[in-house]
Amino acid sequence: MRLEVEIASKTFRNAAGEQHDVIAGVSFALEAGEVGVLVGPSGCGKSTMLRILSGLDPDFQGRISRPVGAPIGFVFQEPRLLPWRSVEENVRLVAPQADEAKLSVLFEILELNAHRNHFPGELSLGLARRVALARAFAVEPAFLILDEPLASLDAALAARMRDQISILMDNRSMITLLVTHDVGDAVRLGDRLFLLSPRPARVLAELPIRTPRGARRDAEIAAIKLDVMRRINGDPSARESA
Amino acid sequence: MPRLLSFAVLLATWWIGSLVAGDAKLPPPPTVLTAMIAEARSGDLFFHLGVTLARVALAFTLAMSLGAAIGYLMGRVRLADRLGDPWLILLLNLPALVVIVLAYIWAGLTEVAAIAAIAINKLPTAVVTLREGARALDAALDEMATVFALPRWKKFRHVILPQLSPYIAAAARSGLSLVWKIVLVAELLGRPNGVGFEIGVAFQLFDIPRLLAYSLSFAAVVLLIETLLVQPFEARLSRWRPRAA
Repeated sequence: MRLEVEIASKTFRNAAGEQHDVIAGVSFALEAGEVGVLVGPSGCGKSTMLRILSGLDPDFQGRISRPVGAPIGFVFQEPRLLPWRSVEENVRLVAPQADEAKLSVLFEILELNAHRNHFPGELSLGLARRVALARAFAVEPAFLILDEPLASLDAALAARMRDQISILMDNRSMITLLVTHDVGDAVRLGDRLFLLSPRPARVLAELPIRTPRGARRDAEIAAIKLDVMRRINGDPSARESA
Repeated sequence: MPRLLSFAVLLATWWIGSLVAGDAKLPPPPTVLTAMIAEARSGDLFFHLGVTLARVALAFTLAMSLGAAIGYLMGRVRLADRLGDPWLILLLNLPALVVIVLAYIWAGLTEVAAIAAIAINKLPTAVVTLREGARALDAALDEMATVFALPRWKKFRHVILPQLSPYIAAAARSGLSLVWKIVLVAELLGRPNGVGFEIGVAFQLFDIPRLLAYSLSFAAVVLLIETLLVQPFEARLSRWRPRAA
């Protein structure tokens, strides 16, 4: 199983009829078990790319080959839970084959056990995101897509959720694609980074990280981060705080 | 408690009104109650109420299911909306009386004509409401269902139907009140039984206690159905919403 992406171009037409180029040539490939990360500035067309990759948007120039017929797990930027179904129902609905044992492990890792019977309207953003994560992992995806799963959370919570995602991703042989604007998250979670330019997006550089996720030391992470920053804008201090 | 109080005020106003206007025009509550008991004893009251309720149930179900289906289609498919819109506007503004009279002329003084006429009166409001609901469906949730490959029926039941339910409830509520109003007219004009027929007879004989007895029994049944069926149903549908403080 392999994901191959070649998007030559993608244009949008706005209400006034003007054309906007969103993607100007993005091509990359990912093997099963690999975590690819799209890193780029906000508004560079990452979410559009994910819509194309997941098959939601067939209107583009290029070619995508992804595992056929295999389930996709998608964690959207806004959690997109069904407000009228409980946390557990939301997960079970898309994953009817998941048994109790598997679900309880998932809920355990994501610390959702106390919230099984809550409705999404009663949850904080961090909790709702974790429900969306549980839903995506419950379908046993062959292709997992994470769209900014840690955005707009406080640093401590983001770090905790990053560890949880990392635990969930281990021991699974799916293709994972993570989108983020946070270089730190990208370096900690990814196996292969794709640095994107501002809109219209193209791949500036591809950066494989050889050390396994669990074995990366802080010094190494800092070094890679610095390298990424330099490649993006040649000014490491400016984006350090982002 | 406030409900009871407002009911007592109504009763008192009625009583005073009857003292002012005289028994002939507005009989006091006990007279009407006696008439009501007499009609109930003979079984007539329950028979006519039952017949009317059956017509309401049939016409309501017919109009709601047909109206919901058409409304959903018009909300989702542009062509259906364009084709259906002129008909919708025509039906919305056609007076109930015209529909009823034409139905009786074309289909005879039959049960089918009566129920069809009532249903046609209610149909367009259900269509309009459900069309609005279908237009307001959340595209983000639609995409979620597509990505996770939710089967058609599951998607309809868990993603689409809950979004439509407030619109269905609104259509049912306004539609029911419309049906209550129209069913008596249809009965008066062309049926040999039902509350509307009885009221017509009472009107011709100027039998005001009987007229009020039937009207008030009918109103009581409507109130009962509203509180016991419609309101609990609405509450159940919206139980997931965070309660207003």
